[in-house]
Amino acid sequence: MKKLTALGKVNIILVMLFLASLWVFPMWQIDLRAPQYPGGLSMKIWINNITGDVDIINGLNHYIGMKTIHKQDFREFVYLPVAILSFIGLGVVVLLLNRKIAYYLWTILFLILGLLSFYDFYKWEYDYGHNLDPNAPIKVPGMAYQPPLLGYKKMLNFEALSQPHIGGWCFILAGVLLLAGCYYQSRKSIRP
Amino acid sequence: MKRLSFLLISCAVLGSMQSCKMKNTESAVSGDAASKVYVAPGKYDEFYNFVSGGFNGQVTVYGLPSGRLLKMIPVFSLNPENGYGYSEETKDMLKTTAGYVPWDDQHHLELSQTNGEHDGRWLFANANNTPRIARIDLTTFKTMEILEIPNSAGNHSSPFITENTEYVVAGTRFAVPMGNEDVPINSFKQNFKSTATFVSVDKNTGNMDIAFQIMLPGMNLDLSHAGKGPSHDWFFFSTYNTEQANTLLEVNASQKDKDFIVAVNWKKAEEYAHAGKGKKMPAGYIHNTFDEHTQNTISTLQKDVLVLDPKDCPDMLYMIPCPKSPHGCDIDPTGEYIVGSGKLAALIPVFSFTKLQTAIQNKKYEGDYYGIPVVKYEEALYGEVKKPGLGPLHTEFDAEGNAYTSFFISSEVVKWNIKDLKVIDRSPTFYSVGHLMVPGGDTKKPYGKYLVAYNKITKDRFLPTGPELAQSAQLYSIEGEKLKLLLDFPTFGEPHYAQALPAAKIKDKSTKFYDIMQNKHPFISLGEKNTKVIRQGNRVDIYMTAIRSHLTPDNIEGVFVGDEIYFHVTNLEQDWDVPHGFAIKNNPNAELLIMPGETSTLKFVPDKQGIYPFYCTDFCSALHQEMQGYLRVSAKGSNVPLKFGTNATDTASTLTAQK
Repeated sequence: MKKLTALGKVNIILVMLFLASLWVFPMWQIDLRAPQYPGGLSMKIWINNITGDVDIINGLNHYIGMKTIHKQDFREFVYLPVAILSFIGLGVVVLLLNRKIAYYLWTILFLILGLLSFYDFYKWEYDYGHNLDPNAPIKVPGMAYQPPLLGYKKMLNFEALSQPHIGGWCFILAGVLLLAGCYYQSRKSIRP
Repeated sequence: MKRLSFLLISCAVLGSMQSCKMKNTESAVSGDAASKVYVAPGKYDEFYNFVSGGFNGQVTVYGLPSGRLLKMIPVFSLNPENGYGYSEETKDMLKTTAGYVPWDDQHHLELSQTNGEHDGRWLFANANNTPRIARIDLTTFKTMEILEIPNSAGNHSSPFITENTEYVVAGTRFAVPMGNEDVPINSFKQNFKSTATFVSVDKNTGNMDIAFQIMLPGMNLDLSHAGKGPSHDWFFFSTYNTEQANTLLEVNASQKDKDFIVAVNWKKAEEYAHAGKGKKMPAGYIHNTFDEHTQNTISTLQKDVLVLDPKDCPDMLYMIPCPKSPHGCDIDPTGEYIVGSGKLAALIPVFSFTKLQTAIQNKKYEGDYYGIPVVKYEEALYGEVKKPGLGPLHTEFDAEGNAYTSFFISSEVVKWNIKDLKVIDRSPTFYSVGHLMVPGGDTKKPYGKYLVAYNKITKDRFLPTGPELAQSAQLYSIEGEKLKLLLDFPTFGEPHYAQALPAAKIKDKSTKFYDIMQNKHPFISLGEKNTKVIRQGNRVDIYMTAIRSHLTPDNIEGVFVGDEIYFHVTNLEQDWDVPHGFAIKNNPNAELLIMPGETSTLKFVPDKQGIYPFYCTDFCSALHQEMQGYLRVSAKGSNVPLKFGTNATDTASTLTAQK
């Protein structure tokens, strides 16, 4: 069995540290701007919480019948920390096993975890933007209010900008490190 | 022939009159004035300018240099617009021993100071009519406290303050007998007194309390200012009617060549007060404070006041003769020069604090006034500004050793140098300036840059609006050697004294909304679920909430003619600039403006049965027009059960409706 290179081991520790930063920094940030909100409104999504001007956004959403956002409605805030924490734990296992194959499997697991998270986020945004109260005071035919997963979108009087926050960038960087690690490890095995 | 020559001469005279036109007002403005006062949309002014409202009893806030009106702060007068003085919470702010006095004549303002500089905490305002002093908080721009002053009438020389806001003063303009004694008017000389009241200000809370009153002979105390730096321990009051006339003052109070500036050693007075030299005299006065937490006014009746009689307190008071009914009494930034302005004089006397001290030490007195030593004029005099103009009223200062004096009769502002007493420049005002103000111009550190003249006469300065015109304020640049007129702007009420400070000193401390979790109002509804209607006898308390865009409850029944209904409306919003209004049809008792996180109470006593719509009066949201409800008022004794709610599916009410 092929053993991990020294750089590979450092790589594993870095990935674990980057993922641990999710408990220190928010993952994602959605900024909203409208003529009546010159300072803008912002919502920060953490691994286990949602912060920012949530109350104000909830107050506005009742006009168009969007659901109000409450921390306790998100099962993700329970699953996600458990999943990431387990993944970090597995990193320790990979280090102890000291096998390249374990590293590759660990990377694949990360990709699945990442894709699932994005899919889940997208699904929530879709539901949030489309599942509107039929009794809402303002109804615009054909209009949905799904915020963008990434990037800019204009919805009625609001402009929305969605982008990773520090934690999100760390998560992406962890992915890049893992893929780079795989490439590096495989190259090393070709040239003994 | 004679006729023809007469005609020709007349024509010639008319022609020459046309050619030597009198100087018109437009010529006073130079080319680049517009760019100096232009504050682009979205940009902020450099200074807050707090301006007294005179006969409207309020305080207005303008931005400088634009002259834009930013806010009117209700202080001594009712304000139906936001319910000040009408709401259950604020109505006691206007309570006095004479009952509710819902208006006043507001003349002077002082910003709180620390070490002689503006500290941006409070603004003090006087009421001239029913003697009172108010304190306004500069984070909320709200009147937080009003203190009545006993043994006084015409609280004019007020609310001037000491360098660290240790005291705010109140001086009697219309001498009256102490303790409302019933005496003949012509016994003025024997029975009438003036008081100089020293109100202590709590360093942390700003709360005011009458520390002591100095009882002076009957005369009119006009204006005052505290010393600073070397003269820190002293306060100076100008006086007129030292003739002690009680009728036709216009003539009888203008007889003497000189009246006085009263120099009060307030440190000494404080010592005497602490040493028990004063006498507790019965005097009722009311003290109103607004409690931020319960959002209610606490009104207390005080029963006595500590009075210091100059007879028992040597070395506390001295009189400086000052020509011709002095008005302004202004101290320069160094604290050395005291500028008196005789309203009817053609010169400005400048007194030296050092010379005054030497004169007192060497007892250079020319006599006494009711036992108070009168210092010799020349012994206290630094010098006179010769021929400055006619009718000097007030003086403000810049940081470069210049003084600026307003002249009512010659309608001009004059810049002169304090050291050499030479006139540097003069500029006309339109028309008849009263007070003038340089930002920080009565502090140790004037900011300078601008001067504002507050004029008494407006005439043709703005588009005519019938016989009653706005007053006019005029902004000058004082950055150069010459005064440069930049802008005219109309004001609310009649501005007297004003204050200005750099916006940076307070703008970031401004409250955006009230934290609802800090709201300890006894009738708060913390959330819609906690709204209710409670009847106790004929008192009905409605606990209501307002949030975009509905009121809860918005249907109320089971209320009867003659009930005393209290609408306690809590604004549940927690965001900047989302106030809600509240008004009820036919309610003679004003309306409310409720800030986010605040609870306000409006009383309504219906005297006729009917359906009374109530609604939000502040365009709060896209569905503001829908923010309304109904109150059903039934005849007394009718059998209508108490019922209330918002969007409640109530079968009973549906059935009744179908009938």
